[in-house]
Amino acid sequence: MVGGGGVGGGGLLENANPLIYQRSGERPVTAGEEDEQVPDSIDAREIFDLIRSINDPEHPLTLEELNVVEQVRVQVSDPESTVAVAFTPTIPHCSMATLIGLSIKVKLLRSLPQRFKMDVHITPGTHASEHAVNKQLADKERVAAALENTHLLEVVNQCLSARP
Amino acid sequence: MKDSLVLLGRVPAHPDSRCWFLAWNPAGTLLASCGGDRRIRIWGTEGDSWICKSVLSEGHQRTVRKVAWSPCGNYLASASFDATTCIWKKNQDDFECVTTLEGHENEVKSVAWAPSGNLLATCSRDKSVWVWEGASRSLQVDWEPPDTPLRVRDRVGSWVPFFFSPTVDEEDEYECVSVLNSHTQDVKHVVWHPSQELLASASYDDTVKLYREEEDDWVCCATLEGHESTVWSLAFDPSGQRLASCSDDRTVRIWRQYLPDNEQGVACSGSDPSWKCICTLSGFHSRTIYDIAWCQLTGALATACGDDAIRVFQEDPNSDPQQPTFSLTAHLHQAHSQDVNCVAWNPKEPGLLASCSDDGEVAFWKYQRPEGL
Repeated sequence: MVGGGGVGGGGLLENANPLIYQRSGERPVTAGEEDEQVPDSIDAREIFDLIRSINDPEHPLTLEELNVVEQVRVQVSDPESTVAVAFTPTIPHCSMATLIGLSIKVKLLRSLPQRFKMDVHITPGTHASEHAVNKQLADKERVAAALENTHLLEVVNQCLSARP
Repeated sequence: MKDSLVLLGRVPAHPDSRCWFLAWNPAGTLLASCGGDRRIRIWGTEGDSWICKSVLSEGHQRTVRKVAWSPCGNYLASASFDATTCIWKKNQDDFECVTTLEGHENEVKSVAWAPSGNLLATCSRDKSVWVWEGASRSLQVDWEPPDTPLRVRDRVGSWVPFFFSPTVDEEDEYECVSVLNSHTQDVKHVVWHPSQELLASASYDDTVKLYREEEDDWVCCATLEGHESTVWSLAFDPSGQRLASCSDDRTVRIWRQYLPDNEQGVACSGSDPSWKCICTLSGFHSRTIYDIAWCQLTGALATACGDDAIRVFQEDPNSDPQQPTFSLTAHLHQAHSQDVNCVAWNPKEPGLLASCSDDGEVAFWKYQRPEGL
């Protein structure tokens, strides 16, 4: 489902000198969270912590460092079991947008309870093919088929792997 | 309204995977399920409970997306993300893969048998719809007139004398008779008219297309536009005059066929009937509607939705056939713990509904039309 090959494989980068943003600090643990008796609901910071360390497919940087994901663009409703993440490609013609969205989606699918409905989409007005990318990411049949493609799964897993 | 859909049972049909689709055999005695675990399971009753009669595990290398029974009930076709379609032959509880249909470039999304059993349609993400003709046609027997010998259709469709030769049934060959490239995107679903050789397809390009045979080839004879996103599934009503479609745009649309020179004055081009949207059900579903099923016995219309719910609609008693109105007669919010992918009405027992979900389960329900409707 993701077009174009050559992920990180030589050639010129589309955006050779991206603006780099500072990483946010660690989440402070509150007394309520330490208390085993108090149920913790899933909040925007928790979702952000899951996705901020995802690697960019092209740069040796995280999605947080490239400002592709921001905590303010995460919407969570624990009682309604919904999560919506908007991500912002670094440039409007970024050919990696679908792959980045897929990586975010896979990370959430693997981390959150299955009751959650997840919507991953491009921040409105930030990509030339916004509608097409959003439609593909929302199509669970195409996402399922893409994840059965071993080559593509390998690329997604690289984005999701911890950098040494 | 709460009691109009009652749970009869639940089975973990495809554990640790998702169950994509269900199909009842024509006798209504067996239910086939398929899923992300690459398997097909056949379910039947023993006493009051549903048990797995067979597991078809050799056949596909990837997700099995849909299954379809032949009208005679002796064959099962399965469409897979591995780009192939398998034809399984039933021998009591055993199923043997007798043919693999190859040709699609990538994931096969749907498969359907024509009512005659002679033709099979498949569709794929490669944007095409293929029509296949089967060579084993011992099933289509011409009984008229009664004093002539039995005849069967041969491979090119001519009637030939029928000999009781074992080879007739053993020859499970299928030949592609047409590749239709009318859609501009991924084709999600194919379904045949209940009695005619009229084929309908639903696509990621937001349209529905209809096809018929014309001089040894198949042609697209209508395009139904109106949905604002992917059309996921289709269902004909018992008469075949209406077609229901469901979409990622969270609506259901009911389309009606108008023949040339119809009384209502709906324009047709040439001799082809025209299809017009006569009803839109919007505001009921909160996420993508993945499947729709029109009960051939009761006329009830069920939907499978990404909001975990099953809904049933029925046409209002005094509804105008040209502008029908439908009421929501059952709404089960948490029918499954995840997206509902398919709903299937039993073809023989009115009100028996099966559903399946991303949670891997199959559920059986009894629907009763609420009193006063």
